Amino acid sequence: MSSQRTIRIALAAVTGVALLVSAACGSSGGTGSSGSGSASQSSPSSAGGQSGSSSGSASASGSGSASASGSGSASASGSGSASASGSGSASTSGSSGTSWTAPANMPKANLTILFGSSGDAETNALKAATADWAKKTGSTVQVTPASNLDQQLAQGFSSNTPPDLFYMDPSKLGTYAKAGNLWSYGDKLPNKSDFYPALVQSFTYQGQLYCAPKDQSTLALWINTDDWSKAGLTDSDIPTNWDQLDAVAKKLSTDGRVGLSLSPTRDRVDAFFVQNGGYLVNDDGTKATVNSDQNVQALTYVKKLLTDGAMKWSSDLNTGWGGEAFGTNKAAMTIEGPWMFGALSSDYPNIKYKIVPLPAGPTGTKGTLVFTNCWAISAASKNHDQALNLVEYLTQPSVEMQFAKAFGVIPSVQSAQADYLKEFPDNKVFVDGIAYAKGVVSAAGVTEVLSDFDSQLGTLSSGDPKSILDSVQTNLAAALSGS
Amino acid sequence: MATTSSTSTKPPAGPVKRRGGIRGREGMAGWLFVTPVVVILGLFLLLPIIVAIWVSISDWGGKGSPLGANFVGADNYEALLTKPGLSQQNLATSLRNNLYYVILVVPIQTVLALVLASILNGRRLKGKGFFRTAFYFPSVTSSVAIVTVFLFMFTGTGVVNHILGWFGIHGPNWFNDPRGVLRLILSALHIIDQDSPPGWLVNNHFLGMSWYDWLSGPSVAMCALIILAVWTTGGTFMLMFLAALQDVPDDVLEAARVDGATRWQTFRSVTLPALRPTLFLVITLGLIGTWQVFDQIYLTGGGGPAKTTLTPAFLSYQAAFSDFKWGQGAAISFILFAIIIALTIIQRLVMRERKKLPRRRRFGTVPPVGTGSETVAAATAGGSR
Repeated sequence: MSSQRTIRIALAAVTGVALLVSAACGSSGGTGSSGSGSASQSSPSSAGGQSGSSSGSASASGSGSASASGSGSASASGSGSASASGSGSASTSGSSGTSWTAPANMPKANLTILFGSSGDAETNALKAATADWAKKTGSTVQVTPASNLDQQLAQGFSSNTPPDLFYMDPSKLGTYAKAGNLWSYGDKLPNKSDFYPALVQSFTYQGQLYCAPKDQSTLALWINTDDWSKAGLTDSDIPTNWDQLDAVAKKLSTDGRVGLSLSPTRDRVDAFFVQNGGYLVNDDGTKATVNSDQNVQALTYVKKLLTDGAMKWSSDLNTGWGGEAFGTNKAAMTIEGPWMFGALSSDYPNIKYKIVPLPAGPTGTKGTLVFTNCWAISAASKNHDQALNLVEYLTQPSVEMQFAKAFGVIPSVQSAQADYLKEFPDNKVFVDGIAYAKGVVSAAGVTEVLSDFDSQLGTLSSGDPKSILDSVQTNLAAALSGS
Repeated sequence: MATTSSTSTKPPAGPVKRRGGIRGREGMAGWLFVTPVVVILGLFLLLPIIVAIWVSISDWGGKGSPLGANFVGADNYEALLTKPGLSQQNLATSLRNNLYYVILVVPIQTVLALVLASILNGRRLKGKGFFRTAFYFPSVTSSVAIVTVFLFMFTGTGVVNHILGWFGIHGPNWFNDPRGVLRLILSALHIIDQDSPPGWLVNNHFLGMSWYDWLSGPSVAMCALIILAVWTTGGTFMLMFLAALQDVPDDVLEAARVDGATRWQTFRSVTLPALRPTLFLVITLGLIGTWQVFDQIYLTGGGGPAKTTLTPAFLSYQAAFSDFKWGQGAAISFILFAIIIALTIIQRLVMRERKKLPRRRRFGTVPPVGTGSETVAAATAGGSR
């Protein structure tokens, strides 16, 4: 019967496809499954999940940043030679502003910490640091890496057994604070003034600093130096404004490569708003200013980059995030943060790169975005005093430097800056960015608004910037007014 | 399901009061035997449903017990159904996506399953066991594994596009392509102009979404998921059809042949009526499964690109666990429940046995194959995909 034959042919085809698949799985990097999902350090996790994989990439590779600086190729513009890193400045402890002292008569407690780990390096570093504190105070600390932080926290909150301490992304602040899940301890911190102001802003909700920022990262422009010189560009061509960025991106778009590639998320695009003097909200975060003229102009510029062929979203290049597009050399430039060090050294060791500050907007305004996590303490925790003490311990410059060395984060306290730059001079561009960076919007209910923004950005090249921003404005205004 | 089993064992309790005497203990014993089931069902089925209903009409924020939350009436449902805003938009988008998913998946998988089953039921087919296993294989494989493989196959440079390339077709970047297929077809036929869609489509809204957006059709990304769903569930339903086909009595088929019926006539007038209960079961299970699609969405990135694969089931999860709108999350799941129930009732009415057609009975009453509604109930309780 003919039907039997059809089946047999179909079956042969299926087998063939299966074989091809198994071959393809090995080679093609696939759809950016590089991230472990759980947003780790101060990575710009787009909580909506849309391009979530961009965040997880803050990956591990213990010596991530250290090895990158050793390679010598990453020379931040202005920081001069990378030779300074050679000096073994291991004795960072006791250098400056050690705010923590072992408390005299604090009752012992069993603390639990739930956190989204970027890998073993982070988990082990945190275990070591908390063990030191436990030894000094006689308490115990149980450190648990989360497989799905949001969901595990939600279960903890609802059963009144949340972890004492956990990592929190600023975009969750409003939601958790409004539900009464957080203990606001910012004013009790002796080293409150030591944190970078932009980070403090990120964790301030209704005028209160809720928790201590644990680290930070900002965005910068990553340039593939091989592509750069092949296109006949020199150091004097490094873009310092939008027009120049457009021009070099066009010049770099050759050989089936695109000049610039970004993850399609507000965590990259918002930087252009800041450079144009705008942002999603006003300075104290109380009013939505999404469809301001500056923002419309900035988004129109981004659209122009897309329609000119100077830029493509990483998703349109079959990659999971900007770093993958950059690492696989499908793009000559991308805008990412210091988590790229780890990804590049572990996954794409052959890429030579240079990191420069993001170009300024038409009026010369510099702008970038800062991402951070904080040490949140649960309102339902019975060990507030001990937890606070542990946070004070963990945010000392010396301990933050331990973390920086172990898994490549940038300290959240200003008193560690000098030590940090001495150790990692190439990261100066990220540290400098904090001065003109804007933090993530943190009001209650903004997560879904921002992920809606992300989903609209994916279709920007065929969409209207003004109407996209109008719709986000409506939604964000509604979220900020608490409805 | 739950209630029928407990009530059906109740009657012995009734007569007790009237008769008393030696049968007096029977009622007690009956209750004693039923108690474990009643307790388990009450604890794990009834109680969660009641709490979920309560959450959907309360302002519970996910902290502590939901019983301490405040009653807010229909606020959560209003935010989703009548109040303009992001919640309503999201729900409308997810309903649209899922509607196209159901419209395409259910008929295709049913027909495919029936065709495969008919082929496998053929007398002269060799290697039946092998084909049966091969077709059923996707259904027993973990959906996580299947989705992961599909993600690789459907990347812009994946196997599927590679094969399309042999025929000179430049395949889309499947899972990143938010364009609506219906809209693409309509514009290819010059019925609508994508750059300036007709005003009456854009200006009329339902559930906060313009008719134009309702009519976009499934996105290219959703089409990949539709292919996946048909491929994975086709085998399961094929097995059900196969079992039913094997129960169609040979003598009836033979009688039809003796009467001079062609193969198609036999299939149309003898086999298909005999399969009616199974058909009902398959379509019902298909409707339920497709309206509840979750794992594929979760694994392909939570509704992207541009929310065109967002489904109510995933939206419910997202609203609760990521946005902490527990009330809305619960409300969405009850809206979904209402939709499924309504569709099942409609389907029951449509597929109901028509008593008026005596000609069908000419070959004698074909015994119903499988026990339709009970199997549905059992399968529903067990959960399906």
